[in-house]
Amino acid sequence: MANFLFYTFALLTLASAVLVVMNKNAVNAALGLLLSLVGVAGLFVLLDAALLAFVLLLVYAGAVVALFLFIIMLLDTTPGAQKPFSRLTIAASAIGGALLLLGVLSLDERSVLPSLTAAHAIPTLKNYAEQLFTTYLLPVQLVGFMLLVAMLGVIVLSRKCTGEDEPKTEGQP
Amino acid sequence: MSIGLDQYLMLSAALFATGFFGVLLRKNTLVIYMCLELMLIASTLALVAFSKFNGTLDGNVFVFFILTIAAAEVAVGLALIVALFRRRHTIQVEELNQLKH
Repeated sequence: MANFLFYTFALLTLASAVLVVMNKNAVNAALGLLLSLVGVAGLFVLLDAALLAFVLLLVYAGAVVALFLFIIMLLDTTPGAQKPFSRLTIAASAIGGALLLLGVLSLDERSVLPSLTAAHAIPTLKNYAEQLFTTYLLPVQLVGFMLLVAMLGVIVLSRKCTGEDEPKTEGQP
Repeated sequence: MSIGLDQYLMLSAALFATGFFGVLLRKNTLVIYMCLELMLIASTLALVAFSKFNGTLDGNVFVFFILTIAAAEVAVGLALIVALFRRRHTIQVEELNQLKH
């Protein structure tokens, strides 16, 4: 049963990731990203990390994908005519893909990966809280501070540009 | 055959590669951004799998931080894209070649 669930979620994740990459329409790509996130959340549940799956769906599906869709519809990006790839690009990407495949195959062939340890701690909410408030207290504080800085940065960036900010020499295409 | 660590790592590598090729191939900045998110998600999947198969919690806690950083990163990046669109009226990376000339 767990095998079946793993393969189902893996297929869902990968197929919708390919949909994100291949789709011409940006809205469809965002919805593919959403499906892919749902698949990854299912895999998290299979890995005993139900809380992380919940947070992933809440943060990504709830906030990030909604923000993406908002921006896509705000900007009205009509897909223009795409330049075809040059021969050098195709050759380079083929070599890159082959190298990646070689790396994964060598990992499969040579590596010694740990099998499931017998006494592993099931991550509960209490365990997370213990870790976050003892071992990782400083990083939690830093991340909170970084969120504040990011918020200020977004406010500054999304200010309306005034006239004197406009570059004078810029030639409009 | 039960699902081991290597299946999860394969899936994570495949997801990462998909996102990476998306970053290389696509010309729309928003879609490039989505593919970056895919790569981040692939790395979190690997971290959670390692965490489970080593019997520790550290990977899971790390994923918490990654999710936080990713949320902040998306907010800042999308604000940048909107500012860029306001100024240049395009978000296709082929047309954003101001530094070349």
